[in-house]
Amino acid sequence: MIVDVLPKAEILDPQGQAVARAMGRLGVSGVADVRQGKHFELEVDDTVDDAELERIAGTLLANPVIEEWVVRRVSS
Amino acid sequence: MTAGLRIGVITFPGTLDDVDAARAVRRAGGEPVALWHDDADLHGVDAVVVPGGFSYGDYLRAGAIAARSPVMGPVVEAGRAGMPVLGICNGFQILCEAGLLPGALVRNQGLRFVCREVGLRVEADTAWTSSFTVGQELRVPLKSGEGRYVADAATLDELEGEGRVVFRYSEPAPNGALRDIAGVSSADGRVVGLMPHPEHAIDDLTGPSTDGLGLFTSVLAQLATA
Repeated sequence: MIVDVLPKAEILDPQGQAVARAMGRLGVSGVADVRQGKHFELEVDDTVDDAELERIAGTLLANPVIEEWVVRRVSS
Repeated sequence: MTAGLRIGVITFPGTLDDVDAARAVRRAGGEPVALWHDDADLHGVDAVVVPGGFSYGDYLRAGAIAARSPVMGPVVEAGRAGMPVLGICNGFQILCEAGLLPGALVRNQGLRFVCREVGLRVEADTAWTSSFTVGQELRVPLKSGEGRYVADAATLDELEGEGRVVFRYSEPAPNGALRDIAGVSSADGRVVGLMPHPEHAIDDLTGPSTDGLGLFTSVLAQLATA
């Protein structure tokens, strides 16, 4: 399973802004904004249901005060 | 009498400021009790200090792993029941991650670790600030890379409305903290967290002031009259 975590849109992301500024120095144009987050890959067996996955993501992998997250199941 | 009052100081893997916190407790007239991150109970202490430094490498988010360590179960339970708990720096991050305090601490706005003394204005009468007067200004060190306090606007309004902003930077917040907030409390004023380090400001020789001692004398006075 994959969990992607990003800072909420309303939370200032100075790291993402620094990355965006570096792009300008590479001569890249057309990138309006960068948000930097985390990508988790978890190996889980079939006994872990969607509610449990959501609990893992929302109570540990992400902090709901500052972050939003997306849970995706992928087969290996 | 404050003698015999026992204040637990937790040590996590990576904690740096437990020794200074224990020293501040002793200087204020209390008995510091060493608590370990893996402890299952609080050894009968009357209050708890969650000190600063780092914890578990601050993997995931600052304080996130520590907030789920064995000792934090009883700390959260006791804090919710009214035991005084003070979180300093990484300890503040841990208390927010554990849900004892609202909001979160994120990367400093300028992306730089900030290490210098700051002015702090006391804005609330709590278990840890009763020996100060509201409006009093303290000089204490700040040393953190993830000290920018954030919460949604409704939470910030609620904290200000309920008098739960305990400390505010008396200068523009060096980390970009929303509304210049340096420290907040629980609804009952027993659990307090702040980013700057009062335990490093108890000696004229090594600190910018001795103002920090007041947090520790406050809680001992509160416990003594309870």
